[in-house]
Amino acid sequence: MDQTQLSARIAELKANLAALGQQADQLAAQVAHAAQPAAEAAGGHGNFFVTGLTVLVLACFVGYYVVWRVTPALHSPLMAVTNAVSSVIIVGALVAAGPVGLDFSKVLGFLAVILASVNIFGGFLVTQRMLSMFKKKGK
Amino acid sequence: METLSALLYLVASICFIMALRGLSSPETSRQGNIYGMVGMTIAILTTLASPIVQSYWMIVLGIAIGGAIGYVVAKKIEMTALPQLVAAFHSLVGLAAVFVALAAFYSPEAYGIGLPGAIAKGSLVEMALGTAVGAITFTGSIVAFAKLQGLVTGKPLVFPMQHPLNAALGVLTVILIIWLVQSNSTAAMWLIILVALALGFLLILPIGGADMPVVISMLNSYSGWAACGIGFTLQNNLLIITGALVGSSGAILSYIMCKGMNRSIFNVILGGFGGEAAAAGGPAKGPQGSVKAGSAEDAAYIMKNAQSVIIVPGYGMAVAQAQHALREMADVLKHEGVDVKYAIHPVAGRMPGHMNVLLAEANVPYDEVFELEDINRDFGTADVAFVIGANDVTNPAAKTDPSSPIYGMPILDVEKAKTVFFIKRGMAAGYAGVENELFFRPNTMMLFGDAKKVTEEVVKAMEA
Repeated sequence: MDQTQLSARIAELKANLAALGQQADQLAAQVAHAAQPAAEAAGGHGNFFVTGLTVLVLACFVGYYVVWRVTPALHSPLMAVTNAVSSVIIVGALVAAGPVGLDFSKVLGFLAVILASVNIFGGFLVTQRMLSMFKKKGK
Repeated sequence: METLSALLYLVASICFIMALRGLSSPETSRQGNIYGMVGMTIAILTTLASPIVQSYWMIVLGIAIGGAIGYVVAKKIEMTALPQLVAAFHSLVGLAAVFVALAAFYSPEAYGIGLPGAIAKGSLVEMALGTAVGAITFTGSIVAFAKLQGLVTGKPLVFPMQHPLNAALGVLTVILIIWLVQSNSTAAMWLIILVALALGFLLILPIGGADMPVVISMLNSYSGWAACGIGFTLQNNLLIITGALVGSSGAILSYIMCKGMNRSIFNVILGGFGGEAAAAGGPAKGPQGSVKAGSAEDAAYIMKNAQSVIIVPGYGMAVAQAQHALREMADVLKHEGVDVKYAIHPVAGRMPGHMNVLLAEANVPYDEVFELEDINRDFGTADVAFVIGANDVTNPAAKTDPSSPIYGMPILDVEKAKTVFFIKRGMAAGYAGVENELFFRPNTMMLFGDAKKVTEEVVKAMEA
């Protein structure tokens, strides 16, 4: 892809993003309005649910556009890296393994930390190994 | 403090998006992977710095153990075994999600979602969903791993009442979730896990080995949604964003794979493909005619005198580890002034993009490797199509025979090349159980034997 094409593409992407952002704002406003009574009934938790849902929907859109742009030749590294990235679940495991003392939750957290770490290290490393093999002609 | 960590989590999310964005071209992909690692480091350090984490020795020990295992496995793994590895990794994410959800169930106060026995109802729903999806991912991935590794037969395992049983288990899970939300009962939580474990196992069993590209992509997607569910429980946007990215990535890959086979996702999930078709179709339906078997010398002679050769690799190449011999052959041909290209079908191999990685491993430059839609026109002007370990993806019946199980599947038009070589172990039908009429055409030459051995012989004959 040459420079002009790239910058044109970027401009287009920016415009898309801006439009998407506006829609999202409107959507969020609507959803927030609609969910008001539910949130009041459920206490503090309902507020996060709405925020979380907004984030989820927007992230799905981002994921959709980003993943379609991945070249088919790199679909295997894509799987490996998404695998590594989904181990971000380790965040939850760290909270469970963090407190002082020892109880059932802490043991579960410890096990989850191990599992997620296997994935994080293994996933990123195997992705790196794969990507380092992709070479252009004459290099 | 809370604001700061939320902002840092946002930075980590952006890093993950950049990691996927980098994969749009091989040049930017390595940088993308570094973004991914940076994002993960930020996420972990931010969590460790939060006030809830007080004791570190267990965490450090856990990361050290897991990291060492991951490091060794990733360094040692053969690229042909990549699909198994990814399946195994998926199972770990699934199990980790179950553990985290259970930990949140037993110590809800640590996550700020209530007290033991009195957890907020919304959190219980999210927790239960995260757990169920995680458990399905765990056992499903184990079955996929066993099939890919050859520990169990790759043939679809079908038994009567299979689909009603799965549906019943699905309904049971929903009922258990309702029970859990109403009662906050520990028994309900464990039952959800058990039922979901069984469901994951039963869902993947009936799916055949060659449908594994779809299955792995699907499990990839599930592991993302599991992370998403946990993200809602922990009220953590980073987990939700990442889960959604992974979830949509897996879903898109599944879609691409299904399209590559012209089958609906339901058709694949319901399983049983391949096994029955072979029995029903029978050998009698095969086209008549004789097969021309050639020697390595014939192939070497024809290819050396060709102007352009297109190589079509398939799963058979991966099994025989023939990619290095293949690249040697291409080198000799290029030295002779022959134009060499590679054509990859979307569902070649056992996971999306598997062939590209194997060819890259054998030092094939990626700009010589083309996807189906980019190269299909070139077969008409090619002198030789060299099909190594592929069958169904070249079968013209997909275009001409509406009664064929693979009808409508996009295929590589190898039959348009002047000469077609098939490197195969024998005359067996492909995975779909359909005969390939190409074998009987006058311009087709069969080279029987192990893909690697045959290719090496061709190279030897060329150099002689």
